[in-house]
Amino acid sequence: MVTGNSDYAVQMHGITKRFGAFYALKDMSLDVKKGSIHSLLGENGAGKSTLMNVLYGLYQADEGEIFINGKKVDIKNPNVAIANGIGMVHQHFMLVEDFTVTQNIILGNETTSRAGIVDMKKARKQILDIVEKYGLAVDPDAKICDISVGMQQRVEILKALYRGAELLILDEPTAVLTPQEIEDLLSIMHNLIDDGKAIIIITHKLKEIKASSDTCTIIRRGEYIDTVPVEKVSGQELAALMVGHEVKLVVDKTPAKPGETVLEIKDLVVKNERKLEAVKGLNLTVHKGEIVGIAGIDGNGQKELVEAISSLVPAEKGSITVCGKPINNTNPRTVIDSGVSIIPEDRQKRGLVLDFTVNENAVLERCRKEPFSRKGILNRKKMEEFTQTLIEAYDVRPDDCGSRRVGELSGGNQQKVIIGREVAMNPDILIAVQPTRGLDVGAIETVHKTLIRERDKGKAVLLISFELDEVMNVSDTIAVIYDGKIQDTFRQGTVDENTIGLLMAGGKNHG
Amino acid sequence: MDKAIKILKKPLTMTLIAVFFGFIVAGIILAAAGYPPVHSLSVLFDGVFSSPKHISNVIIKSTPIILTGIGVAFAFKTGLFNIGAEGQFIMGCVASTVVGILFDFPPVIQIPLVVLAGVAAGALYGGIAGFLKAKFGIHEVLTSIMLNWIALYFSNYICTLNRFHKPDTIGTYPINRSGYTMILGNYKTTEAGKAALAQNEFLRSTVLKTDVNVGIIIAVILAVFIWFLLYKTAKGFELRAVGFNKSAAEFSGIYVNRNILHSMLISGAICGLAASLYITGNSPHGIATLAAFENTGFNGLSVCLIAASSPIGCIFAGLLFGGLIYGGQSLQYEVGAPSEIINIVIGVIVFFVALTRIIPPLVDRFSKGGKKHA
Amino acid sequence: MLNSLMLFVGITLMYSTPLVFAALGGVVSERSGVTNIGIEGMMTIGAVTGATVGYYSGSAWVGFFAAGLAGGVIALLHAFASITCKADQTISGIAINLIGPGVALFVCRLLFDGATMSLPVPHKIPKVFGSLNSKAFQNLNVDVTVVIAFVLAVFIWFFLYKTKWGLHIRAVGEHPAAADTMGLNVYKIRYICVLVSGILAGLGGASMTLAIIPQFTPTAISGQGFIALAAVIFGKWTPHGAYAACLLFGAAQALTVTLGGGRFAVPSSILAMLPYLITILILILFVGKSSAPKASGQPYEKDAR
Repeated sequence: MVTGNSDYAVQMHGITKRFGAFYALKDMSLDVKKGSIHSLLGENGAGKSTLMNVLYGLYQADEGEIFINGKKVDIKNPNVAIANGIGMVHQHFMLVEDFTVTQNIILGNETTSRAGIVDMKKARKQILDIVEKYGLAVDPDAKICDISVGMQQRVEILKALYRGAELLILDEPTAVLTPQEIEDLLSIMHNLIDDGKAIIIITHKLKEIKASSDTCTIIRRGEYIDTVPVEKVSGQELAALMVGHEVKLVVDKTPAKPGETVLEIKDLVVKNERKLEAVKGLNLTVHKGEIVGIAGIDGNGQKELVEAISSLVPAEKGSITVCGKPINNTNPRTVIDSGVSIIPEDRQKRGLVLDFTVNENAVLERCRKEPFSRKGILNRKKMEEFTQTLIEAYDVRPDDCGSRRVGELSGGNQQKVIIGREVAMNPDILIAVQPTRGLDVGAIETVHKTLIRERDKGKAVLLISFELDEVMNVSDTIAVIYDGKIQDTFRQGTVDENTIGLLMAGGKNHG
Repeated sequence: MDKAIKILKKPLTMTLIAVFFGFIVAGIILAAAGYPPVHSLSVLFDGVFSSPKHISNVIIKSTPIILTGIGVAFAFKTGLFNIGAEGQFIMGCVASTVVGILFDFPPVIQIPLVVLAGVAAGALYGGIAGFLKAKFGIHEVLTSIMLNWIALYFSNYICTLNRFHKPDTIGTYPINRSGYTMILGNYKTTEAGKAALAQNEFLRSTVLKTDVNVGIIIAVILAVFIWFLLYKTAKGFELRAVGFNKSAAEFSGIYVNRNILHSMLISGAICGLAASLYITGNSPHGIATLAAFENTGFNGLSVCLIAASSPIGCIFAGLLFGGLIYGGQSLQYEVGAPSEIINIVIGVIVFFVALTRIIPPLVDRFSKGGKKHA
Repeated sequence: MLNSLMLFVGITLMYSTPLVFAALGGVVSERSGVTNIGIEGMMTIGAVTGATVGYYSGSAWVGFFAAGLAGGVIALLHAFASITCKADQTISGIAINLIGPGVALFVCRLLFDGATMSLPVPHKIPKVFGSLNSKAFQNLNVDVTVVIAFVLAVFIWFFLYKTKWGLHIRAVGEHPAAADTMGLNVYKIRYICVLVSGILAGLGGASMTLAIIPQFTPTAISGQGFIALAAVIFGKWTPHGAYAACLLFGAAQALTVTLGGGRFAVPSSILAMLPYLITILILILFVGKSSAPKASGQPYEKDAR
């Protein structure tokens, strides 16, 4: 029997949540003291988000109890959660793009005059008050689609504070921030807990926990594993608790032996959707047998760079050549035929046709070529055979998924299909954009191993990632992108994280 | 349990359930309005099945909507909502009639000429909407609605031209006989022919009394061909990829705009084919001034939805639809119930088709438990 | 000359009014994220209800009011299918378009002795300026429904963009998940919006059979629902845009009437094509890519996160 204790902002006990026959959460517990920062650590798919969705009232638990400030509460929906002082900042921001910052913050909680007319002036003032108190810089009148990701996150935090949140839940908060912005966020968090608030951080990033939290609860496959004081454990120990066995945190690789140039980008200028320059004179070279990693914050031109390489958009100036042959300003077909394979950032939008089967997705770029079709008629048998080799080589599960819709597979398995497909194209250059997003530790290992194996085979590999660790671990050459240009390039092992972090944020390299 | 789940997930089951409910609701409405429900439904059945003449007529009347249904279904499969089937059908009729009147070659040339005219007209007309979408991004529903009306009035205009207008009527001359696609069309109008056919009861009630034509045969062949095109060829693969996910298709090297255009061209062509087979196979073998849409295209849309956009399914859905409409006439005649009850039945069936469409995903959810394998 | 101009304006306002009601309904529904293709069917139900109740009750306003209710009831079917059952909204809308006219004619035959036309209503919707004696301004003496339509357009614009409920509706249509996390009841808001769109469509149908023609006929509503849908798209899903688009269509119709009677010997069929050709031309020249509310047409699934 658990009794409420008002020292604790929240106590969750015996939480069980089923979806059909599947247990997302089984007898899970979480206790968070007021005035503290507490992490919830687990792999992708472990149930962290589900637990928090239960706390926020988006889901109802099948069993278990929740106490807020020592009082038992039945959180039927977000309104009840909000009324109890719980605020949630989602990983994928819940912001209406077309609305302004102010409109998003006050949605559902508007101060109105008699006829229901929204009092915008009052709202702005209230918001600016909170902004000042905790140091959250935002522009109240800007539209969400026009502001940076960092500011969008602050808007999400403001949404919670505007409603008087005392307990804040942050879901993977540092995924999209620069090292400097992470510092800012940490200081904002400390302001908040100094004010007596409590913060829960959902994460799978060990560094984040070490930097921010007092305590950490580990969840694995929906079940409670342990709660530890963060100061007293090492990253290695946390990783082992999270996965359930020993984990290698560093990638194994032999030194690179780069050969001739494969991809050459010169003075590239590319405009974004709103006709502004996003790539502003970029230069980059990738050689055979080399992994070049581009480190940078999302929004510094990476998206437009990839779009220009794949010829989805034209290059305004400059050139992109593969083995000497220009591929910019052509079309995606020509680019593919020139030996370029791309693992796209958004696997469900660009990488896969979710309603097609795995067999069909495996040959998406090659449906017109032998052996998959002959004189325009598809050869389904060859498609099935090929897919089966992919499934076996990359351990795609379930292993009989060939004729199933690829949309039924988990994110990690979908990514494996894409990677297998692109590698099987035997390209001269393999480009991987955010290839490990949303994947668990095992899948991440597979992806990194694949990239290194291809490099060892003599392929050129270009890795674009927002995870600095990944870029530093996997790449032979590290390039930093900021404001549409490559600011500087380093050989692996000759540079430290702080220098790169500085460059990523626009600082200059002083030696 | 697994077997039951499998059966529940088949589209055919959905349609049958929807049809069943359609009839139930019809029965309720009829009863509420004071008409005997069971008797009415049996009159309906008789109206369709009780004689070869009826069956023949149902097949003949279903042919155009089977074809327009396939046309709309093709567009759906490739991600486009071809609400312009009506306009494409009308333009096909106009083209077939005009060419059929202006030229008079021997049948072996005339028939393909007239049919191709209709197909080309339908294709071009569908292509306009496709082009506007591919090039300017204009919603094909919007342009198609406009194009439907333009086609209607253009058709009426043609009917007024001296070259085509048949005096004392609101329509055109019939096309030259050399273009007819009726079965034994010429033979059965001769004295000898009539006598010979009258001897066999079956032939008398079908060939002599109805406009038996090759349309249905073409429709079936086309359904199979379209099915083959969509699922067995690389082109169909690309078209369906564009329909499901334009972004991924584009990224994998498929030419999206080209495929959107091709899709509307083909869809329009099929509707045009429906039109030319209709003109060449059914009296009066011409067009008339219309006060409102005849709905061949819109009914094709309903057929397609009942058939869940399956080309082969359209054959059966089209026959169902045609049977209901034809049988509805008997209903009005014998029982006095307004024939509009048929429209209500069809509407309810389509409504339930919409509802039953959610059953397979629901079934999936329950059996798998919602989350995917990690 | 002035007389022709006033005739033109009068006819424009007259023709566009049923469209305005229906299009405004379309905007409200789509803005909350539910595609409503069934406007035509809802208008037809409204038309027959308005004419029938208007005849039997003797009062046009009672008929008008009843038509709105009838449209709303039919809309509930669409709402149930689309929101609760999460069915395909396009198919549901098409089903309504099939059921609507069927029910309308069926009811008409039952209540009017087997005829497909209702008997003329004793009292139509009154004119704005009552029984006006002035011959000069006769053409501008429009039905009160014209004014109601305009007032509604302004009201809906104000409601959507200035009040908190309008903010809720737009949020639900653009990003239902975000609205949900802010405590808004997505299903309830969508239900209400679809209901309103049905009521408006019903009123639009009745404004046809109670004001423009005094009775229900099989061709009273033939395509206006689809033109209203086109107006919604054309007007970029805004009330003011849709209103302007309806006026445009109405004006194009008026143009064919005034030109047809005039000195130009243009065949009537070609004239009839004009409104639609003009629309396509304008689309190509000005409109370009239009974007519906982001979540329009997609059923909201709470668990799909």
